[in-house]
Amino acid sequence: MKPFDYVRPATVAEAVAAAALPGAVFLAAGTNLLDLMKGGVSRPDRLVDVTHLDGLDQIERLPDGSVRIGALVSNADLAHDADFARSYPAVAEALLSGASAQLRNAATVGGNLLQRTRCAYFYDTASRCNKREAGSGCDARDGENRSHAVLGWSENCIATHPSDFGVPLIALDAVVEIEGRGGRREIALDELHRLPGDAPERESALEPGDLIVAVRLPPAARAFASHARYLKVRERTSYAFAIVSAAAALRIENGKIAEARLALGGVAAKPWRARAAEDVLRNVAPTADAFQEAAWRALEGAKPSGDNAFKIELARRIVVRALLLAAAGTPARIPALPASPFAATSGAIHA
Amino acid sequence: MPELNLTSAPAHLRHGSNIGQPLTRRDGVLKVTGRATYAADNHPPGMLFAVIAVSSIARGRVTSLDVAAAKRHPGVVDVMTPDHKPQLAIDPEIKTNPFVFRMDALHSKEVRYANQPIAVVIAETLEAATEGAALLAPRYETLPPLVGLDAGESFVPPVVGVGNPAESHHGDVEAGLASAEKRIDATYETPPQYHNAMEPHAIVVQWDGDRLSVDMPTQGLMLSLARIAELFGIAHDKIHIRSPFLGGGFGSKGLMGGPPVLGIMAAKLVGRPIKLVLRREQMYGPVGHRAPTRQRLRIGADAEGRLTALDHHARTVSSTFDDFYEPAADASHTLYAAPAIRTSHDAVRVNTGTPLFMRAPGEATGSITLESAIDEMAWACGMDPLAFRLKNYAEVEPMTGRPFSSKALRACYEQGAARFGWAKRSLRPRQMRDDAGLLVGWGMGTATFPALMFQAEARAAIRRDGSGVMEIGAHDMGQGAWTALAQIAADGLGLDVDRVEFKAGTSDLPDAGIAGGSAHTATAGAAIHSAGAAVIARLADLATNDERSPLFGAGNAGVIARDGRLIRRDDESRGESYSEILARAGVAEVEARGTGAPNPAAMEEYAMHAHGAVFAEVKVDPDLGQVRVTRMVGAFAAGRIVNPRMVQSQLFGGMIWGMSFALHEEAITDRRSGRIMNANLGEYHIPVNADVPPLDVITVEEHDPHVNALGIKGVGEIGITGSAGAVANAVWHATGVRVRRFPIQIEELLTQL
Ligand SMILES: Cc1cc2nc3c(=O)[nH]c(=O)nc-3n(C[C@H](O)[C@H](O)[C@H](O)COP(=O)(O)OP(=O)(O)OC[C@H]3O[C@@H](n4cnc5c(N)ncnc54)[C@H](O)[C@@H]3O)c2cc1C
Ligand code: SF4
Repeated sequence: MKPFDYVRPATVAEAVAAAALPGAVFLAAGTNLLDLMKGGVSRPDRLVDVTHLDGLDQIERLPDGSVRIGALVSNADLAHDADFARSYPAVAEALLSGASAQLRNAATVGGNLLQRTRCAYFYDTASRCNKREAGSGCDARDGENRSHAVLGWSENCIATHPSDFGVPLIALDAVVEIEGRGGRREIALDELHRLPGDAPERESALEPGDLIVAVRLPPAARAFASHARYLKVRERTSYAFAIVSAAAALRIENGKIAEARLALGGVAAKPWRARAAEDVLRNVAPTADAFQEAAWRALEGAKPSGDNAFKIELARRIVVRALLLAAAGTPARIPALPASPFAATSGAIHA
Repeated sequence: MPELNLTSAPAHLRHGSNIGQPLTRRDGVLKVTGRATYAADNHPPGMLFAVIAVSSIARGRVTSLDVAAAKRHPGVVDVMTPDHKPQLAIDPEIKTNPFVFRMDALHSKEVRYANQPIAVVIAETLEAATEGAALLAPRYETLPPLVGLDAGESFVPPVVGVGNPAESHHGDVEAGLASAEKRIDATYETPPQYHNAMEPHAIVVQWDGDRLSVDMPTQGLMLSLARIAELFGIAHDKIHIRSPFLGGGFGSKGLMGGPPVLGIMAAKLVGRPIKLVLRREQMYGPVGHRAPTRQRLRIGADAEGRLTALDHHARTVSSTFDDFYEPAADASHTLYAAPAIRTSHDAVRVNTGTPLFMRAPGEATGSITLESAIDEMAWACGMDPLAFRLKNYAEVEPMTGRPFSSKALRACYEQGAARFGWAKRSLRPRQMRDDAGLLVGWGMGTATFPALMFQAEARAAIRRDGSGVMEIGAHDMGQGAWTALAQIAADGLGLDVDRVEFKAGTSDLPDAGIAGGSAHTATAGAAIHSAGAAVIARLADLATNDERSPLFGAGNAGVIARDGRLIRRDDESRGESYSEILARAGVAEVEARGTGAPNPAAMEEYAMHAHGAVFAEVKVDPDLGQVRVTRMVGAFAAGRIVNPRMVQSQLFGGMIWGMSFALHEEAITDRRSGRIMNANLGEYHIPVNADVPPLDVITVEEHDPHVNALGIKGVGEIGITGSAGAVANAVWHATGVRVRRFPIQIEELLTQL
């Protein structure tokens, strides 16, 4: 392997300083980064291991009713935190539908949000990829691209963001707390990932050295707890990324939707918030017709980037189903097969 | 290698005969405690690590390698390239026998497929060798690669599979089709698939002068030994190969491939022991795979649903430099009693590593299409798929008219259907739903696999202390040879399993033949059985010719071996123990050899096949098109079952592979570059545990006096056949949508649901 420096800063400030140097990257659990390094896709000069930093592994309930999740909380710990799962069931369900149990035990909140695309041409260093090597071209464009983006893509990059976790988070207006060279700042999760445009190599709003220290869900996010679901269609029951997924959350008052939240996964270079669909669901009864209308709105502007027109139709149907499931109410327990269309019937004991 | 200490768990207490007992794996405790040494677990002192650099182009030439950069990297010891390598004794392009396949041993700079080895970096650490390989930064002269089933001019290969004619027929297919009341004409595609054994190909090599010691997983110790001997120009007895355990082979470790040869060359080059382990993605190229196929089936039936003709054509691919043709259409030879059958193959050459045997080669690819087409035909005739299959039940082998040596397929159909509840199936598709509203479909497929026999030899001995020895260079690929063959040995020696020292897995033992073709238990078992009988006969000679023995005068035929004693058949109260016989005779041990081989006369007279019937239930989300298998029942008749527990596991594994074939597995090849884009277990999907439904395996009693002395047919591969088609047919029954491209993908269902 290419030699690299490994540093283990003692404080957040040291971490930021260490990672601000060219060629430096943060190492969290490494479940994505180390794979990329082994494949020669990432060849950093310096790993800044943040896993030993104090205080980033807490789930805190703040007095105003929001929750603050430290960037180093593991995907599994967060999903299995009973209070968290009760308050934000779609988030827990999304987490549990991701990767495998072993990976979830290791993977962190920050790492999950900043994991790289699974585009095969990005991973294959012999292929041209604008994201891996700016300006080199995009071999996915005319290649094997049935799983690529249908929203927000550009001629320069048609990759999707693979995170499940980010999908309900973005629907619930999550906020990302960042420590950078200029101190602490926060941005909406919706602003963390960038669409490719003409610079697909720039994936996020983070500057060199910027460390995600926490993700916050605002007080209003709790209000959806009784009608929130995540639904993920994938080619096998576990250990597979979404073909398309959706997070749906409803606040239902007197039989009407007071407020709806909807986001899609696996369709764009970021978790895709479907605000236009949310708008048509305001103050209407939670009916299949209304959900159909929302689904059309959600996919407005979608267009195939290759052999993937089916994803648009699939996404519409997933939106309808996710909304129906949300309207039916959050189940008392997360299903044994989280986020699966087969959750209700399968005899499987876990995914 | 440390002595193997196989366990003696209480389950090994003997209850009568050993054969037929569901003993747990004797190597199980070693494996679950991590003490079973697989090849890559060996670390001889002074060992270096070798890492292969592979080509990223599929066709062209390597024009430069930055060897200097690699060598400058700390820890790198040497870089083996076409310009710097030990000479082989023969050109690896020469096919010295039909089981030799061409390999890439750095003998040319030409690139013929993606992931072809182009150099080997040798270093003090794995990391240094890995980085050294990256630093080679090869440059190429690239030619447009040949990719896919339409890559070029097609041709009819001289043979398909192992020596099968590319075309066979019986009866007049066109006349049969013309006279048919109902016809179907359907074209199916199956993708390239890779074996993906858990254990990657690995070798640890140590040269000591001209002696060579090798740790390497192999399904064919003697074939590998002979190949190494000819490539390196050394005598057979100078080579010692240890292969006590394989972490799966599935055909990819049967014949010596290029990578282990490179390991041996590297050790020779640097004069130190070498370990070379393939990375997962490097297994997608130089070590074989299942070729893609496009198959057209034309079937006719009369008004009563009797087949009038079956025409099965398969297009496949081979590499540009060698010949292996997936004999997919041959799956239509044995199952259904059509008066006219024609099977034919053609092929194109593509820039791929040579395709090879992969679990049920030809049978698996041919079975999923044949069983789909039979299902389509049944529907066209308005018949239940089981009734249709029974109507066309082959009482004799359709192509040859030979009787079957045994065939309990009818019982498989009956017992499988009863267990599954098949009678409640709706004839029409898309009629069944579960409580949650999911579409439910039931499908079935017939399983079949030939009962083969190869050549094997075994050595048996009985020792002064009354214990036995059985030696055979057999292979445990995880299927349980350490256990099942030891059971046969124990019966052959008239001893309990734990009184038999069973030796296997090394090349200094008698040749067990290749562990392939589902024939290993039968072949090695027959040799063991005959060696056991031979050594007991020697012992009996000692006793019955000795006046002092209570067996004196009983004659060979008059004694039986049981529980470490010989006893008179006519008077079971008279007998004596093995140790008494040997002690009195003053010999330390008696030994004898035995062989297992096919019986040409029986093969001439009978068609020999295992059979089965697989029933599958799937559920399909009617809006989203997501498919999951929810239950499977397989009933198999495969002659004598040596160890029911291991057989059940083999059949489970086969059935899971069948569902994997129908729903999951596919190597995705970039059509421009010829590179495989999902060469890892994250993206090359095989089922995870949560995909595997409750499985039910029934082994149907079958007594076969003709296949071999023990009546064993083998169960290694049959489980895939039938199963893949059953799942595909269940998807049709659930949805009414017939998908003819495998694996069945969501987009094919989505738009038609
Ligand atoms: C086979 C497989 C299947 C998977 N399936 C799924 C799936 O179905 N759904 C899904 O959502 N995910 C899936 N994953 C991805 C998995 O969730 C991610 O690998 C994991 O969440 C990454 O977290 P980590 O802590 O290991 O991050 P790392 O690998 O350590 O880091 C990932 C990236 O984030 C950066 N980073 C990490 N922490 C911070 C921080 N605090 N601030 C700034 N930058 C940071 C790193 O520099 C790096 O670039 C799968 C992964 C694998 C290998
Ligand atoms: S889609 Fe994006 S990530 Fe994939 S090859 Fe093109 S530029 Fe690279």
